[in-house]
Formats: sequence, structure tokens, C-alpha cells
Amino acid sequence: MSRLKACFDGLKAQDRRALIPYMTAGDPHPDATVPLMRAMVAAGADIIELGVPFSDPMADGPVIQAACERALKHDVSLRRVLELVQDFRARDRETPVVLMGYLNPIEILGYEPFADAAAKAGVDGVLTVDLPPEEASELAAALVAANIDPIFLLAPTTTSARTKTICAAAKGFIYYVSLKGVTGAATLDVVAAERKLTEIRACATIPIGVGFGIKDAAVAARMAKIADAVVVGSAVVECIATNAGDFKAAEAKVVTLLREMREAMDSRGANARVA
Amino acid sequence: MSTLAKTKAQAPAFDSLPDANGHFGPYGGRFVAETLMAPLEELRLAYEKFRDDPGFKAELDADLADYVGRPSPLYLASRWSQKLGGAQIFLKREDLNHTGAHKVNNTVGQALLAKRMGKTRIIAETGAGQHGVATATVAARLGFECVVYMGTDDIQRQAPNVFRMRLLGAKVVPVNSGSRTLKDALNEAMRDWVTNVDNTFYIIGTVAGPHPYPAMVRDFQAVIGREARAQCLQQTGHLPDALIACVGGGSNAMGLFYPFINDAEVALYGVEAAGQGLATGKHAASLCAGKAGVLHGNRTYLMQDPDGQILDTHSISAGLDYPGVGPEHAWLKDSGRARYVAVTDDEALASFHDLTRTEGIIPALESSHALAYAARLAKEMSSDRRIIVNLSGRGDKDIETVARHQGIEL
Repeated sequence: MSRLKACFDGLKAQDRRALIPYMTAGDPHPDATVPLMRAMVAAGADIIELGVPFSDPMADGPVIQAACERALKHDVSLRRVLELVQDFRARDRETPVVLMGYLNPIEILGYEPFADAAAKAGVDGVLTVDLPPEEASELAAALVAANIDPIFLLAPTTTSARTKTICAAAKGFIYYVSLKGVTGAATLDVVAAERKLTEIRACATIPIGVGFGIKDAAVAARMAKIADAVVVGSAVVECIATNAGDFKAAEAKVVTLLREMREAMDSRGANARVA
Repeated sequence: MSTLAKTKAQAPAFDSLPDANGHFGPYGGRFVAETLMAPLEELRLAYEKFRDDPGFKAELDADLADYVGRPSPLYLASRWSQKLGGAQIFLKREDLNHTGAHKVNNTVGQALLAKRMGKTRIIAETGAGQHGVATATVAARLGFECVVYMGTDDIQRQAPNVFRMRLLGAKVVPVNSGSRTLKDALNEAMRDWVTNVDNTFYIIGTVAGPHPYPAMVRDFQAVIGREARAQCLQQTGHLPDALIACVGGGSNAMGLFYPFINDAEVALYGVEAAGQGLATGKHAASLCAGKAGVLHGNRTYLMQDPDGQILDTHSISAGLDYPGVGPEHAWLKDSGRARYVAVTDDEALASFHDLTRTEGIIPALESSHALAYAARLAKEMSSDRRIIVNLSGRGDKDIETVARHQGIEL
């Protein structure tokens, strides 16, 4: 069984929702990445989404774009990211790690060599932002063969017919993009998200996570009522960015944010599913 | 990638591409975040519907004639040809279009489509500012709100075009991320589109991006090649022996080449920017010196490092300063139908001066790359041979760059 499945099954048994923080690998420095990942787990993260730095992160807002630029200054690219995952795995065999990034760094390695190296490093899922299912069959096959879940996005603009296609192709969990926009945008429409999640649930057999635009504990708690997982990206990266020169301070800020979110998501009444 | 290996064996007819999913062999496609999949499909359906609609075609043809000033002349540069001492060189005078370049052929078409689709807001990316000006122009005429994204480095290099866009009522948004040039402006325009998909039409300026853009922009630019083919037959009684066009993203080249694509006897040459020389790494020749990859919604040749990160490019001509290229060019290269070569900043500048002095035509620095290769090729051909060069734009916008290169401040 994949680590993602085990993680979601375990949470379900406790009637809890997954908290998935995102950080860009190598931001602000590769030495800070593994300690930050461990601190996030200690603060209540169930799954870690690790961003693979890319020079042209088209779907990301300014916060994550700046994180990519900080990481690339230290030459943190896909190969280095896999080394960091391996370092993390040396002491944490349970927490699932999902890579989130763009296709080109994977394409240049080759799909199968990448899938094998990622599996060896201890990666559990791969979300390729600019790879919709129509173009994904070869990479998805390579990932599945290596026991890695290909994770796909669903958006407010996704038609019902595509929702079915994507639900059929996705493994691990489905990542619902809660707004029309880039990561870190301000306007999450809770009502629209609730409506769409109901539609997705009708054809999904795997858990559904919600991300893009989740900034604080209150929004995280609201999303935890309707989704199986809450992804927090730009809010975490913002904590790192404002303390880029001081790893310990950055870590402390991230831990505080995640603890607040964890508490709000787990608090009594928060978990009664609305949908 | 295994799909790349299949390239030659499959070999469909050149004019039958792209396929239903926007692929030119292994290139092209639709590599975007999920949010854009539905709007791209909406755009494809609208384009395919109106492309063959008599009312749309009539309106487009009227705009191209009365607003853009088409047909543009095919002019025999006899004095320059004689000086070079080889083939006869004909210039397709896209520099004489309204706004001074071929870019407007495409923006007129896409703006009409935006109007038919009920969109009220137009966005665009621009490098040199030519596509931005051409977009702001049609937006002003049709009463659209218009936002143009432009890298801060390009804003400094192309101040007159920035002011031109603002005069036309467009908002020019500086892009400060990445290399602060065209590729970053494109990223930012995509981010705007994903946020405002409901009312916004994104006019991409070249034959790149996710399907249907490469095919749609090619089709709107193909008026260049259709006219040139008819004009050449009418003036000389023959098809040309060779076509030459500069290639950044590749829209003026695709527009010239496409109507000749089944004329096997017509050689096609795309000329990339070799900048300070291919060996220096300071260039923008993705077909001559790049590798296949995925960027900006399509698979194509890219300037990238061994980790798949996109490299900064260099060219004296801002319009060629782009790390990718349209996917159909990638396919024409692999299949051998077109040949791609590269010309340095210095060679392009030499031809810029040469044409200006012998023909009284100041070419854009982009087009000067095509001229430089024509000068090379013409000398190897006899005087009864014919070359058509796409003179894609006029050089007025470049006089500051040329002056600076000579140590003169205007």
C-alpha cells in the first residue's frame, strides 16, 4: 500500500482531515529544507508537498515564484530535490512526500529514469502542474510502475465530462484548485468550492484535497469541513520569505502557522462534514 | 522520450497538422494548468466555427484591406541583388502594414474572434513592443480594455513603443520576475488569464503556446504567404526557389512558409538569432542549439540547461530574444522540410545598413537576420534564381539600438 493511502486511511479512522503544507525545496537554502520538513511534521503536517524549483512557474503567484528564484540561486533542481527527499526519508519512513512542479525538469531526465529515482528517494506522489491528463499517459504509466501516485488538478472551470476523466486518471488524492487564479491569490470562493466538491465526490473514489488561496486557520477549518485534505502553500512560503536570513526564525513562524491550522481543523465541530 | 523517436516514421502531410490534440508530430499539444483547459477548448471551438464563417471571413478581409493596408507589395530589390551578384531577391513588404510589422495580421484576426466570443478585455505579452502595439491598436479600434505585460528590461530598451501603447489607451504592466524579458511577460499574461478567464481574451503574438494558438496564429499570418505566392507567379511566372524569414517565436516565418508547404521545390529557411555567436552561449537559437522540452503550453525546442531550467537569451533584436520557438517549426526541422540557420548580431547589423543604403528601406533588426542569410545564399545562386525574404517589420523602432551600437546617443 502506498504511504498516501495508508495516511488517508489512518486519518479517516480518526475522522480527521489531512494538513498538507507546501514548501519549495531549497528555499531559502538547501540546508534548511530537511529540518523544515521535520518541523512541519512535528507541528501537525500529515503529508508534505515539496515544490521543485522551476525558472518559469506559470501557475504560481509572486510568493512561490520568488521562492523558486531563491532556491535556484543555490542550484536546487530536480536531482538535488530527490537527494533532499532521501535525506528526509532517512529518519521519517511514514510521512508521505508529494513533489509539485512543472514538466520540463522531469522531461529532460526522462520519465522512467525520473520515476525510478523518485521511488528510490522515497517520493510518494507527483503533481505536475502543467501536465493535464490528455498529455500525461506516458508519465503516469512510468510513475504507477514505480509505485508513485500521479496526482491531478481539478479546477472551478473543469467541465463535468473532464471531471470524470480526471477522477479516473488520478491516484493518491485529487487536488481541487479552489479559485480561478494562481497560487496565493486572495479570493477563495467557499460556496463555489463546496458546490464543486459535491460534484467531484460523486465520481471520485480517492480523497479530495483543496488548495490555492488558503491563508489562515479559519479558512483551513472551513475547508476541512468539506474536503479530505487542506493544502497550504503561499502562507507557509511567506513565513519563510520574511525570515529568509534566519532559518530558525522561519521554522518557528511555519510551526506556529501549522499548529494554529491543525488546531482549528481538529477542533470540536470542525469535522462535521457539510457536503 | 519515446514519442520523439517516432517522428520520422509517422510523417503525415505537412498541411494536415496539427492533429486533433494540437500535435505537430511530437511537438505542440496543450501543457497548461487545469484551469485553462476549458477556456482553451472554448477558444478552439470558437476559432474552428468562425474560421469558415463567411461573415467572419468577409469582416477579416475588409479589415486587412482597409485598416492594415493589404496586400503588401512583393518588391524586387534589384540594386541590392545586383550588388550581391547572385539570385534575385524579392522582399515581402510587411513593414508597410499599419503599425509597421506583420504582427497586426494576427491581432486583427484574434480581436475579431474576441468580439464574436463576447469578451470585453484583451491581454497580451510583448517583447520588443511590436505585438503590444499591434494589440493596443486593435483594442482601441474595437473599444476593448487592454492590458499588455512587458519585462522591465524590455520596457527600458523599447521606451517609444511603451509610450505608443499608452497613447493607444493600453495599460502596460512591468514584469519584474525571472529575466524580466519576453518569456516572463508571457508567464505573467498566463497568470492574468487564469485569474480573469471569464471576460478576458489572451492574444498571443506568435505561433507558440497551447493548442489552438500555434495553428490559429499561423492561419492568420498565412495571408503573407498566400499573397507572396500569387505575386511571385504573377510577376515572374514561377514559384520562388527559396523563402527566408527570421524566427523568434516564428510567426512571420510560419505565415510565409505555410502556403508553400506542399511546393517541395521551394526551399524554406528559418533564420534564428546567433547573438554574439552560438559558441558563446549568448544567443537565442533554440532550433539550432537547443533541446526539446515543454514551456509555455507546448512541447518544442528550448534554450535550457541540463536540469531543464530555461536559460536567458541574447539578441540585439528584442523580437527574437525568446528561449522557445513555435512547435510547427520544431516539426519542420525534424522532418527536414525547412532548414534552420543562425545569424549573429554583427551580420544582421551589416545587412541592416546595406539594405538601407542600397534600397532606401530601413528594415527591423529582426528582419535584418533574414536579410543577412539571404545575402549569403544569393551569392551561391545564379541570377535566374529567385529568393523571397519576409521583410517582417520596419526599422524605425531600432534606430536607437543601432545608434548606441555605433557609440551615438540620440
